[in-house]
Amino acid sequence: MPSQYIPILIVAILTVAIPIVCLVAMKGVLPGSDVSGATPELSEDGNHVEETARGEYFDRFYVVALLFALLDVAIVFLFSWAIKFSQMGGYGFVVMAIFLASLLAGLAWIYKKGALDWT
Amino acid sequence: MAENPPTTERAPRQPENAPDADSITTDAPLPEGPDRRDPQDVSELFRSRLHLLQSVPGALQHLFNEDVTGANVDPLVFYVAPLISVTIALMACTVLPLGPALQIANLNIGLFFILGIGSLGVYGAVLGGRATMRSLAQFVSWATVVALALISALLLSGSLSMKEIVQAQLDQGQWFICYVPVGFLIYFVGSMAESHPAGFDLPETDSGIVASYVAENRTNVTGFRGELHVLAEYANLIIVAGLAATVFLGGWLRPLASYRDRFPGTSVELLDVLPAIAMGAIAVYCFRLAAKQPARNRRLAATSAGCFCVIGALALAGALFAPGRVMQGVHGAFWFIAKVGAYIYCFRWIRSRTSGFRFEQSMRLVWRILIPLAFVNLATAAVAILASQDTGLPMRFTTILSTLVTLGAAAWFTKHQSTERAAPILDGE
Repeated sequence: MPSQYIPILIVAILTVAIPIVCLVAMKGVLPGSDVSGATPELSEDGNHVEETARGEYFDRFYVVALLFALLDVAIVFLFSWAIKFSQMGGYGFVVMAIFLASLLAGLAWIYKKGALDWT
Repeated sequence: MAENPPTTERAPRQPENAPDADSITTDAPLPEGPDRRDPQDVSELFRSRLHLLQSVPGALQHLFNEDVTGANVDPLVFYVAPLISVTIALMACTVLPLGPALQIANLNIGLFFILGIGSLGVYGAVLGGRATMRSLAQFVSWATVVALALISALLLSGSLSMKEIVQAQLDQGQWFICYVPVGFLIYFVGSMAESHPAGFDLPETDSGIVASYVAENRTNVTGFRGELHVLAEYANLIIVAGLAATVFLGGWLRPLASYRDRFPGTSVELLDVLPAIAMGAIAVYCFRLAAKQPARNRRLAATSAGCFCVIGALALAGALFAPGRVMQGVHGAFWFIAKVGAYIYCFRWIRSRTSGFRFEQSMRLVWRILIPLAFVNLATAAVAILASQDTGLPMRFTTILSTLVTLGAAAWFTKHQSTERAAPILDGE
């Protein structure tokens, strides 16, 4: 079984090694960034950065993170269920329907609560 | 091509002292005088009127840009981020099957591997200073939708191995897009949003100065490392297209793969002749086009395109008489690449036709419409399979019914959205 992963390992090593070699080579060819006389402050859009990444975030992102964690676990479950679905027949469908119904009831509830109102 | 406005004439030059994109980040004084050569001029030399080779000088030009390290970054993280992006993206490519034998690694969990590895790619974007909480939130939301859409096809395939997914489509005599068309549409929109070529999202800006990190004026990540980010971005595009081609569009199978009539007396199947004929026809078209071109470089471009098509046609025709494995490999690769190309073409086409979605529009679309719709699609597809198993009705009949139900649900979800409120856009960061 692990022998299937050897090609991927080779690709991974190559794709790490080649850019590193190139980066080092480019360092030798190109002048470094101190040539321009000023080390620029980076920002997304040209505005000055006002705080670090550890500052406060808009709380709506936490809701997304929670929902994502919930749904993603359900999705991992669904993957294995889907593969065996055609062998399980009606029983498999009913069992998963009960599980998803309880999950989606929660989704409907937060929908009603307005957590998904992206204004 | 005909749709594009002629962009070959350069925009009027800016006055000499106007700040250009390089100086926005570096605050460097502009070199003055006539000696200064705009990088654009170099790429102009390479640029044919058909813009066929423009990406080559474009990439070269970016390679030699100054490699800027910001004052406020962690140097190690900043340098490693592009490597993460590119390694992850190229590792995911290894699982895509170009043909029955053309696959670097045939994993039994191929699809799972692509989704899992692919979601790691977001680290490259975040650590490289290209992404914000906002684009992260979008990424995870759309990834959920994409996975749900893929599961509706997995109900039919019964395997996660990319090869066996294609084999299942051959055995069932239908591409899965025919059985779960709504699932494909959801995947299409989701993958478009996830790999952001489509103007769904300006992942890293709120002012829109930098339209995309694939755009010309990249501010944060420059030089070679910037190119790596771009490479990863395009590799991701190919991965989502290859995933769609494999799971929904039959992978390396030709259309009507189960129709196997042969030319009498030979082992050549009737339909396998079509790719060679099509390539030959394109070659003839290119040569005729070349004869009509007034400009020399245009003639050259059309002629070389024609030559490529001739080589392709010869390879495809020659493969017909080769042993079975070679024949399947060449033709499989042709169909796979054609499907991936068509998929990416649709991306770029829609990108050029639509304006972008704002963040909150995108989030509303994914959480309020597409995720519920993906669950409905999953349920109706499951019911269709069950009905077909229990009653013996053909799948194409039950899946048409289930598609109609899903489309009805889609209409209902869309109709019951609250009308757009004129609230101020909240600033997320």
